Amino acid sequence: MRMPEPDRETLANRQTIAAELRRIVPGDGVIVDEDALRPFETDGLTAYRTLPLIVVLPETVEQVAAVLKYCHQNSVKVVPRGAGTSLSGGALPLADGVLLSLTKFKQILELDYENRCARVQPGVTNLAISQAVDADGYYYAPDPSSQIACTIGGNVAENAGGVHCLKYGLTTNNLLGLELVTIEGEIIRIGGKHLDSGGYDLLGLLTGSEGMLGVVTEVTVRLLPKPECARALLVGFNSSEAGGDCVAAIIAAGIIPGGMEMMDHPAINAAEDFVNAGYPRDAQALLIIELDGPEAEVDYLIEEVSRIARENGASSIRISESEQERLTFWAGRKAAFPAVGRISPDYYCMDGTIPRAKLPLVLSRMREMSDKYGLRVANVFHAGDGNLHPLIMYDANVPGELDRAEDFGNDILKLCVEVGGVLTGEHGVGVEKRDLMGEMFTDEDMAQQQRVKCAFDPKALLNPGKVFPTLHRCAELGRMHIRQGQIPFPDIPRF
Amino acid sequence: MSDAQIFRPESAEQLLETMSWLVSEKMPVNLQGRGSKRLIGNPDRSATTLDLSAFTGISLYEPEELVMSAGAATPMAEINKALDQAHQMLAYDPPNFASLLGLADKESGSLGGMIATNLAGPRRIKAGSARDHFLGFQAVSGRGEAFKSGGRVVKNVTGYDLSKLMAGSWGTLGAMHQVTVKTLPRPEKSRTVLVQGVDADEARTIMSAALNSPNEVSAACWLPKSLAERSDVDIFRHLNNSCVALRVEGPGPSVQYRCKILRDRFKSEGKIEELHTSNSARFWREIRDVSPFAAKIDDRVIWKISVAPTAGPAILSQLSNLKNAEGFLDWAGGLVWLAVDAPKMGAESLVRDAVNRHGGHATLIRGPEKLRREISIFHPQPTPLAALSRRLKDNFDPFGLLNPNRMYPGT
Ligand SMILES: Cc1cc2nc3c(=O)[nH]c(=O)nc-3n(C[C@H](O)[C@H](O)[C@@H](O)COP(=O)(O)OP(=O)(O)OC[C@H]3O[C@@H](n4cnc5c(N)ncnc54)[C@H](O)[C@@H]3O)c2cc1C
Ligand SMILES: Cc1cc2nc3c(=O)[nH]c(=O)nc-3n(C[C@H](O)[C@H](O)[C@H](O)COP(=O)(O)OP(=O)(O)OC[C@H]3O[C@@H](n4cnc5c(N)ncnc54)[C@H](O)[C@@H]3O)c2cc1C
Repeated sequence: MRMPEPDRETLANRQTIAAELRRIVPGDGVIVDEDALRPFETDGLTAYRTLPLIVVLPETVEQVAAVLKYCHQNSVKVVPRGAGTSLSGGALPLADGVLLSLTKFKQILELDYENRCARVQPGVTNLAISQAVDADGYYYAPDPSSQIACTIGGNVAENAGGVHCLKYGLTTNNLLGLELVTIEGEIIRIGGKHLDSGGYDLLGLLTGSEGMLGVVTEVTVRLLPKPECARALLVGFNSSEAGGDCVAAIIAAGIIPGGMEMMDHPAINAAEDFVNAGYPRDAQALLIIELDGPEAEVDYLIEEVSRIARENGASSIRISESEQERLTFWAGRKAAFPAVGRISPDYYCMDGTIPRAKLPLVLSRMREMSDKYGLRVANVFHAGDGNLHPLIMYDANVPGELDRAEDFGNDILKLCVEVGGVLTGEHGVGVEKRDLMGEMFTDEDMAQQQRVKCAFDPKALLNPGKVFPTLHRCAELGRMHIRQGQIPFPDIPRF
Repeated sequence: MSDAQIFRPESAEQLLETMSWLVSEKMPVNLQGRGSKRLIGNPDRSATTLDLSAFTGISLYEPEELVMSAGAATPMAEINKALDQAHQMLAYDPPNFASLLGLADKESGSLGGMIATNLAGPRRIKAGSARDHFLGFQAVSGRGEAFKSGGRVVKNVTGYDLSKLMAGSWGTLGAMHQVTVKTLPRPEKSRTVLVQGVDADEARTIMSAALNSPNEVSAACWLPKSLAERSDVDIFRHLNNSCVALRVEGPGPSVQYRCKILRDRFKSEGKIEELHTSNSARFWREIRDVSPFAAKIDDRVIWKISVAPTAGPAILSQLSNLKNAEGFLDWAGGLVWLAVDAPKMGAESLVRDAVNRHGGHATLIRGPEKLRREISIFHPQPTPLAALSRRLKDNFDPFGLLNPNRMYPGT
């Protein structure tokens, strides 16, 4: 993976830039010391590391605006950063860029239950929002597995999902408003506590824009009342086909479970070794199906889903009889990543989405690839919405294994696109999938996306080197190739 | 007009060819799907029309995968028929404004038009609006270039989410010819709990308490007595009273159980009544389509006002003194439908001031041609936001050829 060549002039000006930033953010909010920069050199995609030019940790919106304005005026690149848990290298620093950390923005500004929303600063963790409103009977629905650590600002930038997305939507479906600082240092408020935009839907556009359009300094999220109860089923199958059929049958019966997760044989066993959740070790596929809502509904649906599971050849069915048991069912799934981490020195987490019906095909092709590359793979899968997380196991200390793991991963993602799916379901493109964008998009598609960036960031200073294989200059993108021509298709009706 | 012409491309290639030619001539066009929303917005349209009505037909519908792709101009009637057969729906309750706008053809809307206007009915508070169910599209920009975004799967963060930008852009950024949407199972049963004899402020408290309870209320509205009297749902009209309506949907036993909780909870607030499945469906169709203001003889101006749910009643009372003003609340108070006799500028400044005090936006949905020419249809944005929107527009349509003035003057 190649990053753009660092700008020499910026590198040479490091001390001046640091001094100027210190005038904006006094105290210890500007870091230049190499040891202190070290913790910022990577994010959740640890195979890539770069020391940032400078780290700045502002505490107020005005400071953020002043930092951005300064960087804009002096053409210094900026990489926004939340908790640094991105799995696609979205927060990977640039050697010639200021890393703008939002971790000091930790306040929950307002809880407005009557309007069912919370106004929070971007550095608040995902889980902290739900915890703050838990006692009052509410929660914030999107729940990425990284929720203890990841920030709501990072969730907005990546449009993060979680196991409850099937029923409750992704980040983008659970936001009401944002405060954004543009690279020019302008503070803009988008949305509020009302629904929908009176103009273009900038809230929707900014969600998932990977820190390339502006810096989020405040987020208004929707709160939901906690469901009356939740119960889960643990269903084993002798083949992934049967598991896939069961998922399709549940949805065809008109049931949208709160969560519906699948694990394959290697993932089941890795998780069972780690947490002893009581998973059926001999199953080829395991479904965790959670039903939430009013008790009467949950009891009814549990029966329905059990019936459908039996009809689809389930080899084992367990139904949680207590909250403790429900959590145990989930414990294995939630620990799937570290569990795989225990049986392999390193693993590489992929994130493609496929039309669900293609699951058996994709899994069997993946097994062939696993043989070809000589690397093991375990699969966890947001089964309801077709979002696949293959975990490729490798050893970075064995020369060539990382490259093989990456090639394997790329082949999987290409396969996802080939069967009608996409490169990334929730982790973002970042640097990781940047060079695969051409698998899904034509040059014209990507040019139009980059023109959107031009509207926000004409000098391409915000998080450059991410998402797009080549970042064209805005002047070039704006040029029109006008084709003088005849009046079109004169032979068809026109009046 | 002598130079009035209509282009009706029949394939993606012809659409691209047409747009390239329009660009080379710098000729502005009026984009039209099936024309069901033509009476919304500034009436001064370009002499040239780009008629997209040839892009019809459902090309893919896989109910178990919850996905449908169709030509952008596929009639909603066709979409609804296919969904009905599979016991599915577009969960955002797409409204049909044919009667409200006085159109002869009651089934004129298209799927693409529904998305381009980002409308949503009562289920908005639970399920989102058109933008939340819009997975991908293919389009031609005002630069005369083909582009696409999104895909056919729900979980997708590959590249910027241009679908969100296209939803609600009223055809000012590109001409969509193919769209893909998320479909969902239709709830097995629907019932509506009515709490009678409450004013808008009391309604606010009831709706908030209902939505804040774990009963998964999927719609909440309030109607004053004068509008309740206009309903075609007999059992409701005969109540002859102002009402809060709370909809509960899902499997049978669950619906009965939750309705009971709601009835018990609010019986001290007002007399309780219940609408069963078919009555409930008809009632919410009336709310969705703004039927209380859709009578043939009603020629008042209609404003659609989106605010924080708690602000709805306040806005209603601030505007209730206007001549012949009537209003009702949907979205648990967050949506105010206001009808007003307003010969002078449609009461625009009063409406805008009231909204600006709380934060939100107001859109003129119905009004005479002269008025629609004189006032701003959409809510004016603060300068920095307007500038940003303008730059976005320029990057899709640098010559301003697509639906000029449709959303904002000069764009
Ligand atoms: C005694 C009685 C009371 C009714 N009350 C209402 C009412 O309050 N609101 C309304 O909209 N329609 C009411 N109806 C009309 C009736 O529910 C509808 O016409 C029904 O046939 C339509 O079915 P559905 O699928 O729309 O309703 P569903 O919600 O499917 O109704 C389920 C069943 O319950 C029965 N039912 C409903 N309410 C009662 C009740 N209070 N006591 C006994 N059985 C009941 C209905 O007959 C129906 O078969 C009542 C009918 C009866 C016989
Ligand atoms: C173990 C593990 C499990 C995970 N599970 C999930 C999961 O289930 N679902 C899921 O969706 N993701 C998951 N992730 C990925 C990751 O946690 C999410 O992408 C998360 O949203 C990133 O948040 P962050 O605060 O760590 O952001 P960072 O990693 O710091 O940054 C991510 C991106 O957001 C930008 N950014 C951050 N803050 C701002 C801001 N305030 N304004 C503008 N841009 C900003 C950055 O520039 C970068 O492009 C997982 C990661 C790990 C390590």
